[in-house]
Amino acid sequence: MCISGKIKKGAYYDSVALMNVGKALAGLPGVVDAAVVMGTRENAGILERSGLWQELFEGTTDSDLLISVKAENEETATAMLAEADELLTASLKKGDSGDTAVTPWSLEGAVNLLPDANMVLISVAGRYAAHEALKALELGRHVMLFSDNVSIEDELRLKQVAHEKGLLVMGPDCGTAIINGVPLAFANVVRRGGIGVVAASGTGLQEVTCLISNEGAGISQAIGTGGRDVKKAIGGIMFLDALRALAEDDETKVILLVSKPPHESVVAEIQKLAASLSKPVISFFLGADTGVESLEAAALLAVASERGEPTETVAERLRARDAELETLAKTEAAKCRPGQRYVRGLFSGGTFCSEAQILWKESISPLYSNAPAGSAVKMKDVLQSEANTVIDLGEDEFTVGRPHPMIDFSLRNQRIREEANDPETAVILLDVVLGYGSNMNPMEELDAVLREAVGKTRVICSVTGTDQDPQNRSRVSAALKALGAVVLPSNAAACKLAGNIIRELGA
Amino acid sequence: MAIGDLFKQELNVINIGLVSFKEGLDSVHTPAVQVEWKPPILVSPEATARLKERRVAIEAANAKAMEIILQGVPLLVDMGVARDVVPGMTENTILHAGPPITWERMCGPMRGAIIGALIYEGKAVDPEEAEALAASGKVCFSPCHEHGTVGPMAGVVSPSMPVFMLRNETYGNQAFCTMNEGLGKVLRYGAFSDEVVERLKWMETVLFPVLKKALKKTGPINLKNLIAQALHMGDEVHNRNRAGTSLLYRTLAPAIVRTAPDTESAAKTLEFIQNNDHFFLNLSMPACKVTLDAARNIPDSSVVVVMARNGTDFGVQLAGTGDQWFTGPADVPDALFFPGFTKEDANPDIGDSSITETNGLGGFAIAASPAIVQFVGGNASDAIRYTKQMYEITVTENNVYQVPYLNFRGTPTGIDVIKVIEKNILPFIDTGVAHRLPGIGQVGAGVLSASLEPFRKAYEGFANT
Repeated sequence: MCISGKIKKGAYYDSVALMNVGKALAGLPGVVDAAVVMGTRENAGILERSGLWQELFEGTTDSDLLISVKAENEETATAMLAEADELLTASLKKGDSGDTAVTPWSLEGAVNLLPDANMVLISVAGRYAAHEALKALELGRHVMLFSDNVSIEDELRLKQVAHEKGLLVMGPDCGTAIINGVPLAFANVVRRGGIGVVAASGTGLQEVTCLISNEGAGISQAIGTGGRDVKKAIGGIMFLDALRALAEDDETKVILLVSKPPHESVVAEIQKLAASLSKPVISFFLGADTGVESLEAAALLAVASERGEPTETVAERLRARDAELETLAKTEAAKCRPGQRYVRGLFSGGTFCSEAQILWKESISPLYSNAPAGSAVKMKDVLQSEANTVIDLGEDEFTVGRPHPMIDFSLRNQRIREEANDPETAVILLDVVLGYGSNMNPMEELDAVLREAVGKTRVICSVTGTDQDPQNRSRVSAALKALGAVVLPSNAAACKLAGNIIRELGA
Repeated sequence: MAIGDLFKQELNVINIGLVSFKEGLDSVHTPAVQVEWKPPILVSPEATARLKERRVAIEAANAKAMEIILQGVPLLVDMGVARDVVPGMTENTILHAGPPITWERMCGPMRGAIIGALIYEGKAVDPEEAEALAASGKVCFSPCHEHGTVGPMAGVVSPSMPVFMLRNETYGNQAFCTMNEGLGKVLRYGAFSDEVVERLKWMETVLFPVLKKALKKTGPINLKNLIAQALHMGDEVHNRNRAGTSLLYRTLAPAIVRTAPDTESAAKTLEFIQNNDHFFLNLSMPACKVTLDAARNIPDSSVVVVMARNGTDFGVQLAGTGDQWFTGPADVPDALFFPGFTKEDANPDIGDSSITETNGLGGFAIAASPAIVQFVGGNASDAIRYTKQMYEITVTENNVYQVPYLNFRGTPTGIDVIKVIEKNILPFIDTGVAHRLPGIGQVGAGVLSASLEPFRKAYEGFANT
């Protein structure tokens, strides 16, 4: 076994390109493991844990590219370093057709090339993102700011500027939006229709738009604001602006509001505005009492409202479904081995992680999380689950310097293995989020690890997506079922089933 | 503007960051452009904040600088001997390329050229004596640029050397440059053997008087017109000067024949120019120098007026920072090496010839000269790409120098140090490559991006003005 490494000073590649190069490298014959990452503190930790850290990396910084290869012999290791260079070069050449079509190097250059541009989608590292966003606003363009790690001061300034100019700033940390039927960043291919969505929750937006589309209804606009918009510091500037825009939009018949726990003053503002509108408004604010239980219920209520059906039909339907989940839980609990008694939820969507905790508030205890909501307790060590644990793998501690877990499955897969090997784990609960931006071949990533896990514990998956998504929801659901996982069409249903099983086991 | 307006338009997206988002937009047929984004160069946030506050003043100053640069008309008016015409030239002075440097820090080719110049001047009989003299502190070394002069590669100018004299017709300032010696073993690449010194002597005694007389006959030659034509003929007037040399030859030949003291010296002069594709380089360079010098000392202007290398350091001067040099280590170019040589043999970048890029020519005009990219194994589309990228860091487009392939678009002109830093795009330079040891000469030719450090310092230094 031989480990070999190299530093490229000042080299810059986007995190997805690096992930692809690292993966390609690790898959080559003779290579045991490989990593191609920027030299952030977080990545240093990841390299160390995976045995890929080398002395020569000491003292490197965020702007250095680290290449580490573990191979069967020295010759291969050295050859693979050269191979890494070629893969990196090839990753840049992508899109260069060899003709004279020229890509711009700056926002100004891009505006010259596409003068009709009305939306700037920004996903560069957080510390640079606000600067680019402000430039876009100054040029009169709407902004979707996918980047996270943007300061709250910058967010406020951007949103004040945007509000003045009548522009959108979706984000920071806005994972998804659907504008004029176009899915942006992590978004699904959904039907167009009369339901307009404003969401301070990326996964929440994906879940409700997919559920609405899968019900046969459609979306007029789905506007993300980023989770912090509804905090006190920002005061819901964009949430309220977006709500007003939908209120004036002729295509929008029903408005659906989704949010992670908002500040109470912001809730009040939103509710005041919503009450003044002539259109029906359905709200689901995680952890706040709006009379709506889950994202799923909110989506179904919006559909019923647009169709003019009474809300009672939705309640009845969910009651019937919940009864089925009770029955199913008994069957599944019976398959558990003695000593298995806890649920371990590994979420790529932050809102799903919160929703699980809210739904289990009464029934599951003790409950730990790296992103506690409701009565859950903060984990002492995010790398070590205890009792019932739910983890949001999209939190900063897992994502700085690497792609989002909806793209890069490696961290979660490693965690699935660990949880499955814990004799106390009864249920592993997963979200599989499809659509643009997400990993295009989720089954390729999950196949081996789930095959192993289903032999040891119950595996419950929710699939968020549509059949029009490039990954195809039906196909992914069928493949998961074929592996032996229990597949449910919403996160709420998956959480309820998991909760029921744990309750059965405790009884 | 209102958010609702967006709902009535077709969505057109600019994507900065993850390429997969652009691919998603492509597959739903939404018009989208990917920005080839790089993180900005790290500079002090205070500097950036100060420059932001001064933005209006800077833009106005840069517009003024560019007007001066675009209105400048370089004329070749006469020739003279350095000691007589170059400002500040003394018997003990030797001018060199790039920012100031001491003998101790000079690279091999620079030392070689100085050894050659001291032998040529009769101040030393052999290299050992020349070296001892150079190290003695009795010779005053000074950058060409501080004497209205430019020199390719080592750029060494000693008192007896004949120089071209240029005048900026619009602003009256002057610039100077020696005559180009040709390729092979030449002083500017640090060679100092007998043949090098003999050639310099011939240039002084035969070539110089013939050309001076011929110039008197032709009257001032408008180099701006000549360069504009050369660009249409496949030159970028830095690494390729074949067309420029030919045009100059056509202009001078009748006058040379008419004014030379005898047929043989006329024929030798014409042969020398005909055999040296780079003869025009020593005119395109001072033409750029005389044009840019007129735009010096404009407070608040972030336009670069000098990029120059001495083989050890890369130096930058700005219109708004007077005579201050901002320097950092010079890099080794990517090059096509002559047979028998490799990158190991290469000296870091050297010469004042990057004055052409500073004036929107050379690497900035490489799209007009696709033959050049072959030096580094590139293709014609690379040349287009390089030039297009330079528009990102320049203030304006040239009014006279054009790129035929880009629909006669003016070349990117007037490097703005603020854009360089914000966009992390460094100026692109064509260059020859010298051997790192003295006395060997040229080992290749190629391209490189300017060094980062001097631009970072220039940005922060400018912010402090």
